[in-house]
Amino acid sequence: MGVDNPLGENIITTSLDKLVNWSRKSSIWPMTFGLACCAIEMMATGASHNDLDRFGIIFRASPRQSDCIIIAGTVTKKMLPVIKTVYEQMPEPKWVVAMGACACSGGVFDTYSVVQGIDEALPVDVYIPGCPPRPEALLFGLMKLQDKIWNDKNSFGSAIGLGTRIDGATA
Amino acid sequence: MAENNRAVIRLKEKFASSIIDIVEFRGEVTVTVKKDSILDVLLFLKQSLQYNLLTDVTAVDYLGKKEERFMMVYQLYSIPNKDRLRIKTPVTETDCNVPSATQVWGTANWLEREVFDLFGITFDKHPDLRRILMTDDWVGHPLRKDYPLQGPDREPYKGRLS
Repeated sequence: MGVDNPLGENIITTSLDKLVNWSRKSSIWPMTFGLACCAIEMMATGASHNDLDRFGIIFRASPRQSDCIIIAGTVTKKMLPVIKTVYEQMPEPKWVVAMGACACSGGVFDTYSVVQGIDEALPVDVYIPGCPPRPEALLFGLMKLQDKIWNDKNSFGSAIGLGTRIDGATA
Repeated sequence: MAENNRAVIRLKEKFASSIIDIVEFRGEVTVTVKKDSILDVLLFLKQSLQYNLLTDVTAVDYLGKKEERFMMVYQLYSIPNKDRLRIKTPVTETDCNVPSATQVWGTANWLEREVFDLFGITFDKHPDLRRILMTDDWVGHPLRKDYPLQGPDREPYKGRLS
């Protein structure tokens, strides 16, 4: 097996992009932010039975420390400016998960006061259907987000100011 | 029956000319009075008949169903007598203005702001008549029957198969 580890047993080689992607996907810190009944399901996913912590997903109480926002619930037109502010306060790179029918499309609330899908305002990476989605569905969605982050191109280069990051889904 | 209700008896004595209708349905007594005397009626009910709790103020839009478009509804409760009473008053669309009940019950403040926000009925001598649910820059009053359900900036929904 000589050619596989020419530098010895204690050194591994990888591309810098993969190193950055690995650390990002293994420490998705979502904003602690719930809007409706989906937030209850999100809390259940974070609690001990499903345990988001084992994926390195730890809810943060400040947008400044978050790199992901889970839109968990109905977005009303009155709430939209608040969500936009929170999103803008998050440092790059950042990802958006639309959790549940309401965040994806407005759901059953086809009415004057509800935003018909958060993608009218924010760039959504993962859509999770369900009303509300079960914890398993949220877990699956977050693992899809991890896959997407893992496939990002030029993530190291963009971090040191060379070019832009190419999104995992389009790369 | 409604005729035996102590509040109805007293109201009939004092405001005979202002009462439009008295109805009892499943134990709930509703008295409809003219708009001009609504404040006197409410004040009398609180001071003389101990209706000391205003549980709710709301309105109904009878667009195309009644001559007077709106109906103001006051839900009263008497804590000492454990007794409920509903007072209603019709409001026309052209004179969409009611005297504020804030002088009688402080609770009326936010409840009337809600009615103003969603129905566009204004209240005389209200201390702080602003929108309470919708954003400050909202145009229109959403609970009016002629307000488009999906909002004025969207094509109305015409059914799943259209």
